Amino acid sequence: MRALCWAGAGLVEVRRVPDPELRNAQDVIVRVRRSTTCGADLPLLAGRVPEASAGEVLGREFLGDVVEVGPEVRRHRVADRVVVGAAVACGACWFCRQGLLACCDNGTSGVAAEPEWGQPSAGGYGRPARLGGFAGGHAEYVRVPYADVGAFAVPESVSDERAVFAADAAPAGWYGAELGEVAPGDVVAVWGAGAVGQLTADAAVARGADRVVVVDDRDDRLLMVTGHDRVEALNHRYVDVLAELRERSGGRGPDVCVDASGIPAAPGRWPVAEPDVGAALREAVQACRKGGVVVVLDARPGFVDRFPLGALADKGLAVRAARRRGGAAIPALLERMARDELVTEHLATHQMPLERGAEGYALFRDRADGCVRVVFTP
Amino acid sequence: MARSRRLAVGALALAATRVLAPAGVRALARRRARRAGADPRPGRWQVVTVATAPEQALPAGRWPEPLRRLDGAVEVWARPAPGGRGTELAVRPLGGECTLPGFAAHLVGDDPGRFLRQVLRQTKQLLETGEVLRADRSPLDRPGTAT
Repeated sequence: MRALCWAGAGLVEVRRVPDPELRNAQDVIVRVRRSTTCGADLPLLAGRVPEASAGEVLGREFLGDVVEVGPEVRRHRVADRVVVGAAVACGACWFCRQGLLACCDNGTSGVAAEPEWGQPSAGGYGRPARLGGFAGGHAEYVRVPYADVGAFAVPESVSDERAVFAADAAPAGWYGAELGEVAPGDVVAVWGAGAVGQLTADAAVARGADRVVVVDDRDDRLLMVTGHDRVEALNHRYVDVLAELRERSGGRGPDVCVDASGIPAAPGRWPVAEPDVGAALREAVQACRKGGVVVVLDARPGFVDRFPLGALADKGLAVRAARRRGGAAIPALLERMARDELVTEHLATHQMPLERGAEGYALFRDRADGCVRVVFTP
Repeated sequence: MARSRRLAVGALALAATRVLAPAGVRALARRRARRAGADPRPGRWQVVTVATAPEQALPAGRWPEPLRRLDGAVEVWARPAPGGRGTELAVRPLGGECTLPGFAAHLVGDDPGRFLRQVLRQTKQLLETGEVLRADRSPLDRPGTAT
């Protein structure tokens, strides 16, 4: 089959690779209909993930048709159209039973996948095999482990272009608002106007927030968020974000601050050095009202320097974080999509065949041409 | 630990290699392991919590697979996890401290703790999900060709 593979630092290319096979009784094989770029791919593409091997298939978020079913799969049949949650989780361990699928104990294979702190998190697609990852969905076919837990039937009325965002971007955004316990009347600030940030803003509005302020440095992205009368945009290139947020929240500061800024853009090149991934988080901590909640989303690796610990303690903030939501929220989001209460296809600013994968990722990396997400068709 | 059930069985490979390894070899292996970022106490207890009751984790007191295959080389204890979280299952090389010389090190690496952790994780997966999750085939196993 054809698949979009990592080919070394800064290089992606479509290669012919063997078809995936059922490796466990709870697997299904999915023929991919759509897949989308994800900000979490960027460190890997840049060559900043030493565990990566050339030839690994990319693609964390995808949907498609089930074409093969393992003997222990109960919820899916051949020809089901499914969207696959980005977290590979077993559904049986203590964490999964608490609804924390992204913290699954059994989602990776091999002790090599354990982080240095010794507590494995869920597996993921398009992540290096040495980190316990599985081949990704930028391919004609993909293997889905624990399919009863991680794959979800898509209602017939929901288009592929809409449903592909139920894999991770929409669950992440909704989780941001949920972790922040956004309530009616709240003022919410969201850093990052990418897909996850925009969907966090949507979720905050849906939960009754009175005012949602989205912060980014891209006017084209910020224009996309201002369609709702309760959502406002701030471009931090032009304004003092902390002062603006104080002004727009009666001097209190936002009740909930969500950092969904992801990996900073590095136009024209794959960033070799570690970018400052902590800038938005620092601002969120400083902006948040006393006793408020700061939520950190996304899959940024590494460490953050100059963390404003004093502000955190002085204001008695709660900090909550998540890399992925896992599949628990996906059925409800698909229902929202079916009712047109959650619209996501506008986030697919670019749609391309898989063969143009390298071009698509360059656009996505640079945030060029108004790119929010590139959706590939194999 | 006092309430724990110790299930030590006679020594085979790991314990035998411990006896055979000269002290200098063990010290060298310890230093090498430390440099590599491995646990400086490779013989420590490795512990996981399995989300099943003790009688399911160790039916009739027997070790679960694949842990059972290490019978004779490791000691095991199990006890109920607090808060109804299942069973705490622990394993370490028989006798505690262990560094492996020669062929045994070749088989399981310089860090037996890492090897035992792998076995424990597989045991937990098998008990909780009914199977051990297999990785995809590595790209090195299936080199692709650019189109």
